[in-house]
Amino acid sequence: MNATTIAPAGQGWLARALGDIAVITRRNLLRTLRLPEVLVLSASMPVIFILMFTYVFGGAIQGALPPAAAGRYVNWLIPGLLAQFALFGGSGTASGLAEDLSNGVIDRFRSLPMAGAAVLAGRTLSDLARSAVTLTLMVAVGVGIGFRPQTGLGGLLSALAVGLLFGYAWSWVMALLGLAVRTAEAVQAAVYLVVFPLAFTSSVFVPTQTMPGWLQPFAGNQPVTVATNALRGLVLGQGALPPGRTVAGQVALALLWAAAITAVFAPLAVRTYRRTVS
Amino acid sequence: MDDDIVQLENLVKAFKGEVRALDGLSLTVPPGSVYSLLGPNGAGKTTLIRVLSTLLPPDQGLARVAGVDVRADPAGVRARIGLAGQSAAVDEVLTGRENVELVGRLYGLSRRQARQRAGEVLERIRLAEVADRQVRTYSGGMRRRLDLAASLVGRPQVLFLDEPTAGLDPASRRDLWALLGDLVDTGTTVLLTTQYLEEADRLADRIAVIDHGRLVSEGTGDELKDRVGGSVLAVTVPEVDRDRALRALRGVGGQDPTDDRHHGKVVLPAPDGARTLTEALRRLDAADVTPEDVALHKPTLDDVFLALTGQLATTPNGNGHDPWGGADRRSRHHPERAAR
Repeated sequence: MNATTIAPAGQGWLARALGDIAVITRRNLLRTLRLPEVLVLSASMPVIFILMFTYVFGGAIQGALPPAAAGRYVNWLIPGLLAQFALFGGSGTASGLAEDLSNGVIDRFRSLPMAGAAVLAGRTLSDLARSAVTLTLMVAVGVGIGFRPQTGLGGLLSALAVGLLFGYAWSWVMALLGLAVRTAEAVQAAVYLVVFPLAFTSSVFVPTQTMPGWLQPFAGNQPVTVATNALRGLVLGQGALPPGRTVAGQVALALLWAAAITAVFAPLAVRTYRRTVS
Repeated sequence: MDDDIVQLENLVKAFKGEVRALDGLSLTVPPGSVYSLLGPNGAGKTTLIRVLSTLLPPDQGLARVAGVDVRADPAGVRARIGLAGQSAAVDEVLTGRENVELVGRLYGLSRRQARQRAGEVLERIRLAEVADRQVRTYSGGMRRRLDLAASLVGRPQVLFLDEPTAGLDPASRRDLWALLGDLVDTGTTVLLTTQYLEEADRLADRIAVIDHGRLVSEGTGDELKDRVGGSVLAVTVPEVDRDRALRALRGVGGQDPTDDRHHGKVVLPAPDGARTLTEALRRLDAADVTPEDVALHKPTLDDVFLALTGQLATTPNGNGHDPWGGADRRSRHHPERAAR
């Protein structure tokens, strides 16, 4: 065997990078399929949230709901939880990268003549696919216990699309987190630290108007609330939104958040990746 | 020389708040050879591999791999090398074949090329029969071999192996040695790190002994042994007499004795052979120390290592004496732990 070098024969940089992204995405999805227990466990959490909040807190919160919820807490809850779990779906990015880092896979990737950003892009894209499955499952469970989108299928699909884009942006935050924190256990704690405060101070579970005055300026405008409002507006209509908010406005703002988060965190994550050695 | 496949000149790499992991290291590796970096934990071996495989940028100095400067053109270096790190960087839930094909694809091979090439290397590394099993069913030795297969799939000109047999049982270690020997026949240059003298002696054409990020000595195994001089005197004394023996033997044969606790011996270069032996026995007698055993022999690489670094090397089949053999990353920063 002679030691010839493999040249990227005539391929452009972009084609190579896209090819690398596809290879990494496929690898991650294959891993997900080979570990069905992980898939089942990660899908069970949103289902438990749906059931727990609908049946345990639903009765107490019912009274505070706007009429657009058609008298059902589950109608109000589902779009919020979709936003929360779109965000939470990125946690796979953090723990997956931490795992690859701890067993030397990142070192191997970094020593290969591949596009560096492909490792992160492939990771975030495979998580996007996983989130799509999770969100679909949530809608199915929701419909099973009485969730009825008030604006038809188009509204529901738009809501899922906005939720996934919003979640995708957060997976870049999670990528940075995974590379910075590095161990699987610490990643789990760090993810909760990001996700739960944001989710519970948002309009996911209760209208922010019921929160104390000092918290309202933050709660009413933070990104998870914006995304939740956008999804809720898309499935329940204008009436589900707080006064002064429009569906189109909240959707545009949610997409703007997604773009801004990606624009800031994707380059930071790639830069950190390039300097990371296990 | 321009045709040296790896060239280092005055290479320096320091980590924040730590001593220099590489402290002005210079060496050259001729093409088509097996070259071993031998040194205790914390000597800078892994750091050097990381610099050469572009994972870490050097602070100062020059490093060229296959004629390409690691700092100026890291991507060019990556296209010409293969790396197998300390832990087998393979995916548990993928099959052996999927792992190797994945790396092949990332070297820029087409799907068809990657499949063909993966088949070839798996055959060569003797994993063809288990190639379609998930890696979680593999033994430690099989994982190491798979990792090696993945590092070969891109037909590297230079292969970097960081402690390729650390943590393996003796049988798997011999298996891997045989495989590495075959590799060289194919023209690939292999640069490997090891703490095991036996491994370096057996595999490498040339050996660089490094310690504290510096080159201590370099040459073939025989040259290194010659450098220690004629013979080595090993005196076994009872534990209680060891300190007295060490004091008594100071300066015999022109050098100080070394305390080889691991083997319960006091070791001394004996340039004048029997004359040094006689002198040593006379001194021990005067100090009222009765040795349990005295041996005069040709130096082994163990003796070379001891003489050059003042530290004992690890033995691969260390009879449970090898607590750092698993090469825990954290212990790398405690060179003194390797000293016993």
